[in-house]
Amino acid sequence: MIKLVKKINWMTLLVPVISVILGLLCGAVIMLVIGYNPILAYQSIVESIFLQPYYTGETIRAMIPLVLAGLAVAFAFRTGLFNIGVEGQLMAGWLASVACAIVFGHLPRVILLPLSVLAGGAAGALWGYIPGLLKAKFKVHEVISTIMMNYIALYTTAYIIKNFLYTEGERTPTIPAAASLASPFLANLTQGSRLHWGFIVAIIAVVAMWFILWKTTKGYELRAVGFSPDASQYAGMNVSRNIILSLTISGIFAGLGGAMEGLGTYQYMTINSTFTGIGFNGIAVALLGLNTPIGVVLSGALFAGLQTGGLTMQSNAGVPVELIQIIIALIIFFVGSGYVIKWAMGRLTRKGHK
Amino acid sequence: MSYAIEMRHIRKEFPGIVANDDITLQVEEGEIHALFGENGAGKSTLMNVLFGLYQPDKGEIYVHGEKAVINDPNDATRLGIGMVHQHFMLIDKFTVAENIILGREPKKHGMLDMAKAVKIVKELSEKYGLDVDPNQKIEDITVGMQQRVEILKTLYRGSDILIFDEPTAVLTPIEIQELIAIMKRLVKEGKSIILITHKLKEIFECCDRCTVIRRGKNIDSMAISETNPTDLASMMVGRKVHVQINDAPYEPKEKVLEVSHLSVLDQRKVSVVNDLNLTVHGGEILGIAGVDGNGQTELIEAIAGLRKVKDGSIKVDGQDLTNQRTRKIIEAGLGYIPEDRQKHGLVLDFSVGENMVLQTYYKKPYAQSGFLKNKVITKKAKQLIQEFDVRTPSEKTLARSLSGGNQQKVIVAREVDRSPKLLIAAQPTRGLDIGAIEFIHGKLIEEKKKGKAVLLISFELDEILHLSDRIAVIYEGRIIDIVNPKETNENELGLLMAGRRKGGAEA
Amino acid sequence: MGDGPSNEKGAQIMSLFEVLTIIVPSTLLTAAPLIFTSLGGVFTERSGVVNIGLEGLMGVGAFTAAVSTLGLEHAGLGDASPWIAILFAAIAGGIFALIHAVVSITFRADQTVSGVALNFLAAGLTIFLVKMIYEGKGQTPYITHNIDKINIPLLSKIPVIGPIFFQQVTYTSYLAIFVSILVWYIIFKTPFGLRLRSVGEHPAAADTLGINVIRMRYIGVVLSGVFGGIGGAVYLVTITSNYNVSTIAGQGFLALAALVFGKWHPIGAMGASLFFGFAQALSITSQQIPYLDRLPSVIMLTAPYVLTLIVLTGFVGRAEAPKADGVPYIKGQR
Repeated sequence: MIKLVKKINWMTLLVPVISVILGLLCGAVIMLVIGYNPILAYQSIVESIFLQPYYTGETIRAMIPLVLAGLAVAFAFRTGLFNIGVEGQLMAGWLASVACAIVFGHLPRVILLPLSVLAGGAAGALWGYIPGLLKAKFKVHEVISTIMMNYIALYTTAYIIKNFLYTEGERTPTIPAAASLASPFLANLTQGSRLHWGFIVAIIAVVAMWFILWKTTKGYELRAVGFSPDASQYAGMNVSRNIILSLTISGIFAGLGGAMEGLGTYQYMTINSTFTGIGFNGIAVALLGLNTPIGVVLSGALFAGLQTGGLTMQSNAGVPVELIQIIIALIIFFVGSGYVIKWAMGRLTRKGHK
Repeated sequence: MSYAIEMRHIRKEFPGIVANDDITLQVEEGEIHALFGENGAGKSTLMNVLFGLYQPDKGEIYVHGEKAVINDPNDATRLGIGMVHQHFMLIDKFTVAENIILGREPKKHGMLDMAKAVKIVKELSEKYGLDVDPNQKIEDITVGMQQRVEILKTLYRGSDILIFDEPTAVLTPIEIQELIAIMKRLVKEGKSIILITHKLKEIFECCDRCTVIRRGKNIDSMAISETNPTDLASMMVGRKVHVQINDAPYEPKEKVLEVSHLSVLDQRKVSVVNDLNLTVHGGEILGIAGVDGNGQTELIEAIAGLRKVKDGSIKVDGQDLTNQRTRKIIEAGLGYIPEDRQKHGLVLDFSVGENMVLQTYYKKPYAQSGFLKNKVITKKAKQLIQEFDVRTPSEKTLARSLSGGNQQKVIVAREVDRSPKLLIAAQPTRGLDIGAIEFIHGKLIEEKKKGKAVLLISFELDEILHLSDRIAVIYEGRIIDIVNPKETNENELGLLMAGRRKGGAEA
Repeated sequence: MGDGPSNEKGAQIMSLFEVLTIIVPSTLLTAAPLIFTSLGGVFTERSGVVNIGLEGLMGVGAFTAAVSTLGLEHAGLGDASPWIAILFAAIAGGIFALIHAVVSITFRADQTVSGVALNFLAAGLTIFLVKMIYEGKGQTPYITHNIDKINIPLLSKIPVIGPIFFQQVTYTSYLAIFVSILVWYIIFKTPFGLRLRSVGEHPAAADTLGINVIRMRYIGVVLSGVFGGIGGAVYLVTITSNYNVSTIAGQGFLALAALVFGKWHPIGAMGASLFFGFAQALSITSQQIPYLDRLPSVIMLTAPYVLTLIVLTGFVGRAEAPKADGVPYIKGQR
């Protein structure tokens, strides 16, 4: 019996690993067909990330919002909800943090920085709360409502910037240094990358997700509702309230992700005509990470590495960086088809035994 | 003369159970043949074999004397076999006519010919006295009407052998009378009917012959004119596993549960609990006997706060808990072993340990100021696992991977350990093996001895008879009688459950 | 957008008639791609498969239309090029949607997950291919043979109605409206439509009546690709004229909103698309229109999404998705 349990765990790990391998293999096949050298391409990715401090720094920098977005998606998944609205929550958080930093620019750093970070989280929370409320009270499916909220965020943030926080270059002014997460120390350490202190926020968030879900009574409820609304109701839990709470917390993670971009990477927010892509990437990160905090970190590292290293791949092997996006898409398809992978692996092992 | 349907020596196994074991069924042309047995006796499996949804492991099927192989419902339809499903296979947003013609649409120039469809449906409806309006939407018509649409679907496809799977389970008494008239008319028009049922009343009202099955085996076949309700009831129930007998003295204490003038609606807004009164005392096991679908489920859901009460009141230990939140009712002293243990009783993807505190996780000693005390939970889980003999590798194992009996033990352990004043046990032993049944029965008796009130709902008459101190018989949402188990027997109970009061009068 | 009448005399003199001659053609123009794509959404969701990959399908359609129009122009097909390109885009969209069908129907992946991946794949693949074809450039050259805004012969001469509805319009807009009616007819008046809807409402019931659930759902999904491809292509040949990473920025999701706002009904989806097109047209042209120029454009831009949310709450009549929408069908499971 114990053996059986271990086998099941192994099987669940197998799906993401096989998906990544298949995704990379498919990418290699595409490169071969077109006439690129896949070994050179992948080699340049790996070498840049691990041997060039600048790219190492940029990878970790890219991981920060990606991990937070991944946590947002994963947290909602744990409660049985599909949050496609990370993109919008992230934008809301981004703008709120930048706006807060600019408006309260006169405050000292010890107050301004935490306040701006919190403003980002709060805006994300609001953007998650609304679909949560709509789901709990009116049974509006969160997939549709969060997509709508994304666009509302896209246009609203652009409008606010244009009318209230506009400066040359289609963007907000740069935030005061007191609110900045940027660090000359980290930049020097990584030969001028944009790595900033936000990684500490990401680490705290990873621990927070784990702690909330597995160490608090609220987390217990959230997980119970996610796995079985029926049993939760039977046990006296308030299913509606947990749905709202889940999407709100999910929104906080996403909003923090936006704040990291606003206070760390860019120090301002541009008027976006399209999405950042971080929110959608977060879905991939969460799925591949099996919706666990550690998994999100690992898959966040993978995707951040691929995206950052993709740039060197483009310059060294001549492969357009879009190939990375194709590979990520394929990995999502494979992870999503986990049922087939498990089934195929089951057949293979059974045949092996016979 | 050949039979309309002859199923010979059918055997069908599922992992762990033999659902049908050497069953033979012979249905004569132009008769209504009852397939009679308790829930879980194997009736539906047998009919699903006939309709091509399952393949038999052994045995042969003959249709009108010719050997037939039925691989899927399409084959069955081609052979003239039609099924009126218990859970209707109807599309709510479609009209009656659309539902009927779906898959065999009348066409004109490649387009749907709805005018023709409506005409055909009308003609069929009139011929068999079904009285349906082809243009109404399914969601707008009554359940009885919906059932007639299901009948029309089979007639439209030219079926001459109709299977009715527990057709009266969802109907009101008047609708049942109408259905019986329809079945009689169908037979007059040359159809043969198999009626799956566990209700005696129906058999005597409309069937010509009857085949009784029990625990997957053939018991007997006979003409209805040559039998009587008492014999048939005892054939259905049979002698079963010896259950633990409630031999503790009956010393009822104060009232714990008081249900008065309770009315509850089901999902379809039909009143299924009607002005029901019931009292359970401390120190007694009150068994509710009744055929499935007479309001038992809704009654206990209302008590547990999972379903809205329309009228009346529910008191536990003197405290009015009508329409209160489930958590408040639990905190007031309710323990509840639910009917569907996998859906309601457990979070299957939680560990055994987590499941042990499903209602208490937020209270001391399992939590403090909002933080779980996992060590305490683990300790408690280990203790309960040992105390209730749950066979699991560890408290970390997912509930999903336990056997049914052990899953139920987890629930019983959790509910009993909270030491509730009132314990509701809904079908607590359904589908379990003998060992687990005995164990759970023992625990229920123990609770009674501790002075708790136990409300037991079961479709197993044996279980009710052996465990209860008093038996309340529920019929159409009312308690029609309360009997002393020592002064009654299965036959009498069977009649009561079929709605006949003592002395043979109709309820 | 459009060359509206110049504002020499000042906005305050502009009459309602003049306003309409700006707004209506502009609405028809922006609505056409949405109509096609949301009709694709009707097919897939009516069959029970949620497809949030409409955005990606439009991208594939727009990309295919750009590349093939350029190729056909080069081959000397002239004005016929964009029309043939739309056909190619339809085929490409259908093939691309097949991925969603295989992954979500046969492999039973979560339909939303598969749709997200489809959008990713479309965005990556199309730009990747653009770079392959056009030597590393991130966008295609501009097509020279667009489907132009024209004055429709005869009809545009009708007083009042002519200038509003038939001047400065493209044929694709009328085609879109005509196709909506055709799709309505197919879905509600043919055996195929009845079966498609039955599979989206109650697949088990359809199965017991001998309808091949899997096949119907494949057809629904592939048709969503065909229509999404057409939608993207129309967007390209009438509005943007070249394909780059931000060509299809949210049009697919807007079409999804139109589908929901239109309550999963072809005519409803068309109406919603026209309304969303109207909102977009207003947000662009409002500066030329008295009073509206004072309204923040953000209100027009977000209106489609806010209204869709309101519709979903049920305040404006219940919007109900097909019952089995998003639920994989596994035979024998009830």
